Amino acid sequence: MRIGVMVCHCGNNIAATVDCEAVALAAREFPDVVFATDHMYACSDPGQKTIEQTIRDLKLDGVVVASCSPRMHEVTFRRAVERAGLNRYMFEMANIREHVAWISLDRKRNTEKATDLVRMAVEKLRYDRPLTAKSFEVHKRVLIIGAGVAGIQAALDCAEGGLDVVLVERRQSIGGIMSKLDKTFPTIDCSVCVLGPKMVDVGQHPRITLHTLSEVEELSGYVGNFEVKIRKKSPFVDWTKCTGCGACLEKCPSKKVPDRHNEGICTTTAITIPFPQAIPKRAAIDPTVCLRFTKGKCGVCQKVCPANAVDYDMQDEVLTEKVGAVITATGLDLFDHTKCGEYGGGRYPDVITSLQYERMLSASGPTAGHIKRPSDGAEPKTVVFIACVGSRDRSVDRPYCSTFCCMYTAKQAILTRDHIPDAKAYVFYMDIRACGKGYEEFIRRAQEEYDVQYIRGRVAQVYPTSGPTGGPSGGQLMVRGADTLLGAQVEIAADLVVLAVGAEAAHGAPELAEKLRISCDAYGFFLESHPKLRPVETNTVGIFLAGACQAPKDIPASVAQASAAAGKVLALLSKDKLESDPQIAQVQTIRCIGCGKCERTCPFGAIRMRELRDGSKRAEVVETVCQGCGICSVTCPVRAIQLAHFTDSQLLAEVNALCRTWDETTES
Amino acid sequence: MSGSATTSLTLGYYPGCSQTGTAAEYDRSSRACCQALGVRLVDVPDWTCCGSTPAHTVDHVLAGALAARNLLQAERIGHDRVATPCPSCLAALRTASQHLAQDVQPDSNAPEDMAPSFRAEVERLLDRPAPLRASAVSVLQVLAEDVGIAAIASAVKKPLTGLRVAPYYGCLLNRPPGLMAFDDPENPTALDRVLTACGATVVDFPFKTECCGAAFGMPRLDIMQRLSARILDMADTCGADVIVVACPLCQMNLDLRRGQVNDHSRRQGGREFSLPAPYFTQLLGLALGLAEADLGLDKLVLDLRPVLEAARAREQKRALEVAAVAAAKTAAKAAAKADGTSGQKPGKPGSEPGPKEDAPCA
Repeated sequence: MRIGVMVCHCGNNIAATVDCEAVALAAREFPDVVFATDHMYACSDPGQKTIEQTIRDLKLDGVVVASCSPRMHEVTFRRAVERAGLNRYMFEMANIREHVAWISLDRKRNTEKATDLVRMAVEKLRYDRPLTAKSFEVHKRVLIIGAGVAGIQAALDCAEGGLDVVLVERRQSIGGIMSKLDKTFPTIDCSVCVLGPKMVDVGQHPRITLHTLSEVEELSGYVGNFEVKIRKKSPFVDWTKCTGCGACLEKCPSKKVPDRHNEGICTTTAITIPFPQAIPKRAAIDPTVCLRFTKGKCGVCQKVCPANAVDYDMQDEVLTEKVGAVITATGLDLFDHTKCGEYGGGRYPDVITSLQYERMLSASGPTAGHIKRPSDGAEPKTVVFIACVGSRDRSVDRPYCSTFCCMYTAKQAILTRDHIPDAKAYVFYMDIRACGKGYEEFIRRAQEEYDVQYIRGRVAQVYPTSGPTGGPSGGQLMVRGADTLLGAQVEIAADLVVLAVGAEAAHGAPELAEKLRISCDAYGFFLESHPKLRPVETNTVGIFLAGACQAPKDIPASVAQASAAAGKVLALLSKDKLESDPQIAQVQTIRCIGCGKCERTCPFGAIRMRELRDGSKRAEVVETVCQGCGICSVTCPVRAIQLAHFTDSQLLAEVNALCRTWDETTES
Repeated sequence: MSGSATTSLTLGYYPGCSQTGTAAEYDRSSRACCQALGVRLVDVPDWTCCGSTPAHTVDHVLAGALAARNLLQAERIGHDRVATPCPSCLAALRTASQHLAQDVQPDSNAPEDMAPSFRAEVERLLDRPAPLRASAVSVLQVLAEDVGIAAIASAVKKPLTGLRVAPYYGCLLNRPPGLMAFDDPENPTALDRVLTACGATVVDFPFKTECCGAAFGMPRLDIMQRLSARILDMADTCGADVIVVACPLCQMNLDLRRGQVNDHSRRQGGREFSLPAPYFTQLLGLALGLAEADLGLDKLVLDLRPVLEAARAREQKRALEVAAVAAAKTAAKAAAKADGTSGQKPGKPGSEPGPKEDAPCA
């Protein structure tokens, strides 16, 4: 075998603390090495040209480059060796920048370590074999989970791009949190007026199949060939017959059901259409509260329905769909404000969440856009907003910033002054984070045009000032906090306190991540493949992220990421066939004893047991699903599974190379 | 937790200095309640001051050693858990356990791996090995969690029916949460639950953990007066008959210094407050049917007995009214039935008059 070695200086990044010339000189003594040199920038055009030229001139069989991390430039160099006629896997990289030069200043020992790493790479390369990628067919359909604004945007973009879309939403209507908002910042647009047309488009698009009241139960398969099981929960109403006339809602006798669309500030019926613009506008029964299901009595809706659509015996349905890619757009939930006992949320009726306040501001909300205190229905004259409730607070395990609360708080303060001109609005804040187009100007407007009083400091306690015997209610709430700019305590008697609750991962997100075999962070937000350069991909090929399921995001950011995810899916599925990575597990059938341990340990479901004609079982790798993690190969008790390009012989060759040099240096 | 009052539980007991003087009734009633509920308290032999506030403001190692000495004494007689009624002692003892476990001096600026060993420094002062496992727990936590609310409720002999109580935890009993690891730091409920089990009516009291002014009673009386007046004002506003306390220093400010607080309130154009401020263990003891002498009721500056009498009288009156209303209802129903016009569900029997057999606590 004829091997060439190139040691990169990376400007001064490596050369400052590693003697690259000495490393190259030493490499010439390694077995099979016929050429070794050093270069200022191996990744530069001249550097790549030198590699290609040397391969041709010296008829090399493989190349080692000692430079940066393979995450940076492995692809670059593989392309270079391929251009010179070698197989792209006849190439190895020794990381002497991140693993050597950047972590120590000791030039002598750095040079020794770099030499060791090059020796290991050479030994590994001696066992490299050419590998070829295989190609397979793809389904040109996409599954989108969650139909908030991100899911809606992704669905429309994909559908317009010519893909068939399966859109799954667990609630009765699409629209998500945006459909609950009154106005949006910084333009004070009517939220549902902006979103409504997109919702209608989703409902009518010929390429979009919409499943509401549905959840993903299981996802199997691999990029291009996913199979998904969807549970369509029974609405107990035949939606092909229901016209959404609402006659059932008027007659339903259980009228005390907390209205989820209105964040529980009013009640609704057991059979509902969540809001006027709902898509699909169909009625559904909540069996946990319906008298028919809880007590076995009633049946009014069935009697009054003019379309005869109510069916109490309707069952859940499980559908199977085949898709080529998946976009998750499951959004966020809001922090449970009752966890911060000092604010009295959940104990005092006039302490409400920002989304409850939003429903109150909304013309289609339960108060028809009039701000009313929950305790007595009076119009509040002093409204205090408390920012960062469940954001940037380590004591409730929410150390992150929810990113949008500063802005919606300013919006709600402005709207308060719009609705009740003689009202006072106070905002207790930690810092104002208004990084977005027109955002800082919007905050200024709140402060200057609308005279919203911003107080920099945290609130220590909210307590009722007075009340009838037995418990305070009805009176005002005293908000006590610090003004850190004045260095003083402040107390404000408020009629209404609005808690700017932060974002949490949607409930059930970690369970969904497990089903999809993607990762999530400690707080349940889905993990992107790279925080800077692969923000919409996951580490599972073919599954993409859109919106606040990845991290708290406002509407523009969610929409942008949704379109980005749609773009990724369209690019992926624009090809009729996909190529698989050949660095995957391979089973030596002769050695396999069919114990099935590998099948159980594989985190990607890439191994299945195949039955031979004699009835015995052998492991088989689904090449398109295998991610090349290597867990199976260390699990296998008889070493029957080898990871291509990282075989036992290769790893042992590296270890031997390292130990041999260690022997030599200690002996001398 | 079995519902009987014979829970067999033995703990070390660290009274703390206040409990030998100004708060002797807290000590006495804590012991009496524990005994009645089957908790055996074994005094830490030859206990000394926990270090209190002065020690840790001067030197963390010294504070650690003073507290650790007592934990060590408890460990020596085989008790790893030490109950104490005083939240301030509790904080000192728990801080020492925590610092010994973490083994790093809290005020050291040195990087973690170079900081001097806290344990070694404490051992140098103690001249013997520092305690390894022992930690402290509040009497309230022992009662609420080890004995259990259900067991307390079933052991109650003379329920405090009709007595409206404001539960006042003070700022230290649950906080800092990482150190105390008991109940909610902002809206604690353990005391509420204990008092409810005693039959009392717990009012929704927003100032459960507000500062009473603590030791400011000495250097800046005005601060303590203002803060304690706020707390009493809120308890009064909430309609409480008594404010129930769990800390000797809070109790001193709210009870012994009541005259000073009222002076201040009067000067500010406010009202004077007459509601008593007993320890929770005193009310619990009364509910358990213990003798007044065992609970040190006579040590309270503001007498508790008239309030108890008034609550009892009020409750009896209310019960009679309820009974009268119920009787009237059943009479009306019977009359209606006699008319033959009613065939509806049978009415619920009116609640019986209150526990009349309860003799006044004496």
